[in-house]
Amino acid sequence: MGDGERYSFSLTTFSPSGKLAQIEYALAAVAAGAPTVGIRAADGVVVATEKKQKNQLFEEDTVVKVESVSKNIGIVYSGMGPDFRLLVKRARKISQEYKLRFQEDIPCVQLVQRVAAVMQEFTQSGGVRPFGVSLLIAAWDNNRPYLFQVDPSGSYFAWKATAMGKNYVNAKTFLEKRFSDDMVIEDAVHTALLTLKESFDGQMTDNNIEVGIATAKDGFRLLTGPEIKDYLKSIQ
Amino acid sequence: MNPFSYNGGVCVAMKGDKCVAIASDHRLGAGRLTVGTDFPKVFEMGPALYLGLPGLTSDSLTVVNKLKFRVNLYELSENRKIKPHSFKAMLEHFLYEKRFGGYFIAPVIAGLDPDTDEPFVTAMDMLGAGETNEPFAVAGTAEESLLGLCEALWEPNLKPDDLFETISQVILNAVDFDCLAGAGATVHVIEKDKVTTRTIKTRMD
Repeated sequence: MGDGERYSFSLTTFSPSGKLAQIEYALAAVAAGAPTVGIRAADGVVVATEKKQKNQLFEEDTVVKVESVSKNIGIVYSGMGPDFRLLVKRARKISQEYKLRFQEDIPCVQLVQRVAAVMQEFTQSGGVRPFGVSLLIAAWDNNRPYLFQVDPSGSYFAWKATAMGKNYVNAKTFLEKRFSDDMVIEDAVHTALLTLKESFDGQMTDNNIEVGIATAKDGFRLLTGPEIKDYLKSIQ
Repeated sequence: MNPFSYNGGVCVAMKGDKCVAIASDHRLGAGRLTVGTDFPKVFEMGPALYLGLPGLTSDSLTVVNKLKFRVNLYELSENRKIKPHSFKAMLEHFLYEKRFGGYFIAPVIAGLDPDTDEPFVTAMDMLGAGETNEPFAVAGTAEESLLGLCEALWEPNLKPDDLFETISQVILNAVDFDCLAGAGATVHVIEKDKVTTRTIKTRMD
């Protein structure tokens, strides 16, 4: 048994170098997942993801990757779909319990902390594996936009713009060049789609990408097919 | 023996124009025997948030401590002050957790919303069944007198000084007809960035 394998059976065991191998593998699962970008504009947040199917016979419009959690918060992921659905279910329950308890919508930061706590628990418990997903949580809350990333380790970050999944390093470099603080939501959607397009294999359509926005007016919502088509027209 | 009237005491709160007031009497009894005349039943839960807890005194003190614990945890984890309506929801939840074998108290909340400075006043029963949005809230052994006096004396958009006068007359005249409450009263008038606390004298018999 090589040194690399010795510490990879039990998740709760550190390797001598201080690493938890399973968490690194989970991050690898995320990095192999579908590309996702998020951009925080002045008047809203956009998250966009690729949902290309392996087989052209799939009914693409039955797959949903951008989910809303409460009226002003939405989540999207890179990594493993089934793990994501469990986290969405938890997130919705957390937000409803909060509302029941305080008669107030859950603040984005609270939701992020609590979802991150769930993910952390799966790095320190016996008989479980970490989640194979990183989340982007987009919200309009407190009269301002929020964009958070939560990793399988349970760590979380607030971003102005970020990318996850396949080709995320290039996507982030792209965003660094394109991002500006005075962007409005329309510019941000445009930039998000341009970022996806950088690594997109084939033609982007309203069926193989998904876009969600959080704004003061609507809270969090998915862009409709025609809306996505309009944005796509301007980049092709 | 009724635990709600064993120690005696009342509390009343009312809304004004960008202000609220909450008042309680000072009597602490053991049945018909008065054992203390220095016992107000209103507790500070935040800079502009007060909780009145007439009822069984031992339960009142327990509830105040347990609730303060929850408010402190909330304010640490949320990094902001709790709003009166969230505090009300928290208290309702807390009380209903003891649905069977609850605390013998009749809470009254008065506060200003930290963002909008909207006045907030409410009362609930021992299980946390909150009142709908009324301009005043009453509780305690002289509940009926307090309610009647509120309905007679209160009017909309009272300024802080007039609100103080109104709530003082209400509590003073209500406890005069109640042997289980009285012995002076404390009135808090809550305005934005300012709370005025005054003690008023009543009959001592």
